[in-house]
Amino acid sequence: MASVPGQEMNSREQRQASDHEGFLAHRNMRWLKIAVTLCLIAITSYLWIDVTPRHNGGSWYGYTLGTIGLLLIVWLSLLGIRKRTMSPGRWSLKAWTSAHVYLGLALVVIATLHTGFQLGWNVHTLAYALMMLVILSGAYGITVYAALPAALSNNAQQMTRKEMVEALAAIDRQLETAAQPLGREESDLVIAALEQDTFAWGIGARLTGRYRKCATIRALSYFASDWSRPVGSEEPKDKVRALLGRRKSQLDQIRRHMKIKALLEVWLYVHVPATFALLAALTAHVISVFYYW
Amino acid sequence: MPENYRVAIIGSGPAGLSAAAHASALGLTHVLIEKTDHLSDTIFKYQKGKHVMATPSNLVLRSDLDFDAGKRETILGAWDEQIAAGKVNVRLNAEVTGITGETGNFIIAIKGGEPIHAQAVIMAIGTQGNPNKLRCPGADLPLIQYQLDDPGEYYDEHITVVGSGDAGIENALGLAADPKQNNIVSILNRGTDFARAKSANVKLLEEAEKAGRVIVRRETEPAEVRPGELVLDTRDGQEAIRCDRIIARTGSQPPRGFVESCGIEFTGEDRGAFPRLSPSFETTKQGIHVIGALAGYPLIKHCMNQGYDVIEFLNGNLDLKPADEPILAEKFDALPGVRTVDQWLETFRANIVILQELSPLQMRELMLDSTVAGYDAGEIIFERNDPGSSMFGIAEGSVLVQVNPDDPSVTVPIEQGSIFGEVGLISGRRRGSTIRAAEPTVVMELSRNAALKLIATTPSAARAVNAISIERQLLQMFGSGLTKEDVAEVVAASELVDIRAGQVVIEEGAEDKDVYVIRRGSMIVEKTIGGSPVFLSYLPAGSYFGEMAVIDGSSRTATVKAAIKSQVVRFPGEAFVALLDRKPALRQKALAEMASRREINSFIESRKDSFGSAVDMYSETARFLIDNGIGEATDVLLIDEKLCVGCDNCEKACADSHDGLSRLDREAGRTYAHLHVPTSCRHCEHPHCMADCPPNAIKRGPDGEVFIDETCIGCGNCQRNCPYGVIRMDAKPPPKPSLLSWLMFGAGPGPGEASYSWRKKAAEKSGQQSAKLAIKCDMCSGIEGGPACVRACPTGAAIRVSPEKFLTFTKLAEDVD
Ligand SMILES: Cc1cc2nc3c(=O)[nH]c(=O)nc-3n(C[C@H](O)[C@H](O)[C@H](O)COP(=O)(O)OP(=O)(O)OC[C@H]3O[C@@H](n4cnc5c(N)ncnc54)[C@H](O)[C@@H]3O)c2cc1C
Ligand code: HEM
Ligand code: SF4
Ligand code: SF4
Repeated sequence: MASVPGQEMNSREQRQASDHEGFLAHRNMRWLKIAVTLCLIAITSYLWIDVTPRHNGGSWYGYTLGTIGLLLIVWLSLLGIRKRTMSPGRWSLKAWTSAHVYLGLALVVIATLHTGFQLGWNVHTLAYALMMLVILSGAYGITVYAALPAALSNNAQQMTRKEMVEALAAIDRQLETAAQPLGREESDLVIAALEQDTFAWGIGARLTGRYRKCATIRALSYFASDWSRPVGSEEPKDKVRALLGRRKSQLDQIRRHMKIKALLEVWLYVHVPATFALLAALTAHVISVFYYW
Repeated sequence: MPENYRVAIIGSGPAGLSAAAHASALGLTHVLIEKTDHLSDTIFKYQKGKHVMATPSNLVLRSDLDFDAGKRETILGAWDEQIAAGKVNVRLNAEVTGITGETGNFIIAIKGGEPIHAQAVIMAIGTQGNPNKLRCPGADLPLIQYQLDDPGEYYDEHITVVGSGDAGIENALGLAADPKQNNIVSILNRGTDFARAKSANVKLLEEAEKAGRVIVRRETEPAEVRPGELVLDTRDGQEAIRCDRIIARTGSQPPRGFVESCGIEFTGEDRGAFPRLSPSFETTKQGIHVIGALAGYPLIKHCMNQGYDVIEFLNGNLDLKPADEPILAEKFDALPGVRTVDQWLETFRANIVILQELSPLQMRELMLDSTVAGYDAGEIIFERNDPGSSMFGIAEGSVLVQVNPDDPSVTVPIEQGSIFGEVGLISGRRRGSTIRAAEPTVVMELSRNAALKLIATTPSAARAVNAISIERQLLQMFGSGLTKEDVAEVVAASELVDIRAGQVVIEEGAEDKDVYVIRRGSMIVEKTIGGSPVFLSYLPAGSYFGEMAVIDGSSRTATVKAAIKSQVVRFPGEAFVALLDRKPALRQKALAEMASRREINSFIESRKDSFGSAVDMYSETARFLIDNGIGEATDVLLIDEKLCVGCDNCEKACADSHDGLSRLDREAGRTYAHLHVPTSCRHCEHPHCMADCPPNAIKRGPDGEVFIDETCIGCGNCQRNCPYGVIRMDAKPPPKPSLLSWLMFGAGPGPGEASYSWRKKAAEKSGQQSAKLAIKCDMCSGIEGGPACVRACPTGAAIRVSPEKFLTFTKLAEDVD
């Protein structure tokens, strides 16, 4: 039906071509391929090379794997710095994350082979265990990164967090007015719901989305028991019940939002402190190895 | 007999004030007439504490009054003092309603007062005009006001806002923003929807309505104003509501009508036209002069200089050189040969055909917004695919257009006096071909604003540019090998048609046989398959459509409608067929394009049978993106919400790459099928933000980015004009402590934009309060590696796309499957 003018890449597009591809699929899984290759080389050479009396961290082969592992861990830790340094240049955090994930997983193979399966109750094994903890938390991290963003978007319904909180405040103002004609006991229930802080809940409630002692639910269940009047009646109690219902569903949206956000972040509270512990244990491991040398 | 003043100056803005001060200094009998009860109403109405800028910095100030960048209060205070000290004869509270008489004896009618007599008149009334008054009984009661300076001022009142534009909505929201003020705010709308307002504002209003903060009354008009009460005409009859205050925001009447009623002619019919002026600011009505914003010079310094100059001219000093003379001299220094400023101006005016009707004053103004350059034979002036929306005129010499990108030796000449680059100006798209100087050549480059203003105000220039651009666009589109003569018949038969957003140009199944070229804007192609419209493709400016039906005589196979406000060239199919008959190569090309287009269409059709819901989803996604401004975008940030973890690293990176302020609001904006359009600049083909910028601070950069340069005066016009709400006004905060000291010692606010309170405190501590200026995305121009938002996204959710690459079946289907 038509002809369209020239479509070649222009200077801008060359400068900032951003392909629509997630970090796991980045560049056709380039870093997965590299990591798998690395692991295969490590495994075959482990089987190939004969270390006497048996494989261990102290042989020249063990040192080689150890050095590779150490460098990888240091580089993996630098992601935290990269993420926060907005320097110019042709880097992308997506490529870094992609490499981080796959090379981090490759560490399982490299570091395990480095130990020669000699584990015990010592600082060396502590470093190994911490590393595995970091890696396991990372693995959990990518599963939530893959699964939860769509849920976050679906729940938001095009509202920002701020808009959700404002919508709740607007319902609350109406509730306050609507509750005026109620008796003492009943209005206390409403006031309790209004006064309860939306955000001052423990991490447990946030992560599970189960808010026991929620005053809104309590108030709602009190008013909801009485359906004697027709739907849409102007009776204060019914207006309050309808508003409490709206408050509850607005609160639910905020709580689901907080739950998903918390799940997306909580593992970093293991991943990052464990990384620091790992770096400390690793330093101890390296020093002690050289000390006893 | 009342006094017959030597000169009467109407309007006490910077222009009028400066004129009056100089008249007084020269001892001319004078009067300065001002409508309001204070001087300089436009500046008086700036927001409190606004930092007023003194641009352009290279222009010297020539006035008896002082003016330098500073706070609004300081400047107004100094003027009040100097006007009093200079014994200027001021008449406040005197609105001029008409001017009659002739030079030597004008009679100036004053609303509610005795007329004033003067030999000469200087009109300096600015461009604000008068707010439209309510037209109902009681419209003169004191509870009505036409402006709202500080919505925080009013408590416990019933306030009704009349008017459904942006100003009205913003006022209503402002009054209702803080529940503690306890105002009951209503807004009246004559219609059912808020079509004249920005969608972002409408959304906010609807939310406020839902939340019970604002009462929106649709299909309602004021019927009568009474003290403490407002009677409304509603669909169901009349109703009276309590009302302590009415804010009427129903637009304003531009001053043009009043000016014309005094016998003054304008340069054209267009909204952008100005009074026709002589070099000494005299209008077509002898004895009446126009200066300042009304004359087309919106910067305070220009206004003040003109006030001084016009009095000098009136006083007989006709040799006075305008204050911008040194600026022009500097521009011309770069050109070969030694000529005076006036000689150069005359060379450009006389040689470039579209400038021939300009007055010397208009020529000067145009030159201030333009650049000039000399080129040696063979030098490149611009290259194919360069971004650029300026237009060039050849004053001396000639140029060669490389029509075939693969073979630089194939060229077409453009002779002295003609123009080039106009396609970029009109379509907003990149340069279509490379242009070189054929011989030593002197060209004038008119900035986009200067060129648009010229076209809007000079009908002969508009006609010339249109004729040339249609011809060139056809030549460029149909490819090499065609000459002017080949397309002459098509050009002669063609006409320009403006198309509203959403208007159908071609209807599926219709039998008409016209062919169209998109000159500006963009179109979408849709086809009804299985009862629902399916999006087939997006056509940017420069495309042609409608040729299929002409070539094979069939009825229209699809519907083409405008994605945004557009302009097309329409020509009859027979002319096109005749052209194809004469040019077999062109026919070959057209047939090949038709075949590939058909292939895509039938592919989508076949998918519709087996994957109906996927195709519907894809059509919906395309429509959603177009509704959100992608149709007029050149480069836009999208967030794939199947990948976005909400870490806001994109926003933080933006702030850290740009003076600590983010130009992007990730969370805000619309979403469809997990594709999110955040609040961030679309870098429109024809940026709305550029329309009204007094210092012309908004430009298009080398990578096509729309950016604001350091001459911004912070007036906020662009913020109001951007339909997508992406411009914010904010002060640049002092630098933060380094990342390292934050990591190690927790110093400073950390990565990303610091909180408002931190910025405020840090600014107070550093003692440097900077002005609130307009800031927006500049696509990280000048930063190696490109846009920080995309580079900083850990998951790849943030992508930047251009519509013609993204609004295709393959791209969108990828997303939808
Ligand atoms: C928010 C904002 C910020 C700005 N910031 C800057 C800046 O920082 N630096 C800069 O250089 N420019 C700035 N500008 C532009 C500048 O303020 C104006 O272009 C300038 O004031 C125009 O001056 P003027 O004398 O031509 O007209 P105005 O300043 O508009 O003055 C016209 C006067 O005429 C009076 N008047 C109108 N009609 C009549 C009548 N019929 N009878 C009697 N009196 C009448 C009006 O009351 C008014 O006092 C800004 C503009 C805006 C809106
Ligand atoms: C010993 C190995 C590893 C170390 C030392 C390490 C260290 C880190 C560090 C320091 C961060 C930065 C956190 C922040 O600043 O927010 C990080 C982020 C992350 N890591 Fe690891 N990591 C390791 C292995 C892994 C593995 C194996 C995976 C996945 C399987 C993984 C997945 C991630 C992810 C998804 C992020 C978040 C990226 C982002 O959101 O910016 N990591 N890691
Ligand atoms: S600021 Fe607004 S109007 Fe200007 S280019 Fe960006 S999106 Fe378009
Ligand atoms: S950039 Fe915006 S705020 Fe700045 S001067 Fe131009 S229109 Fe006014």
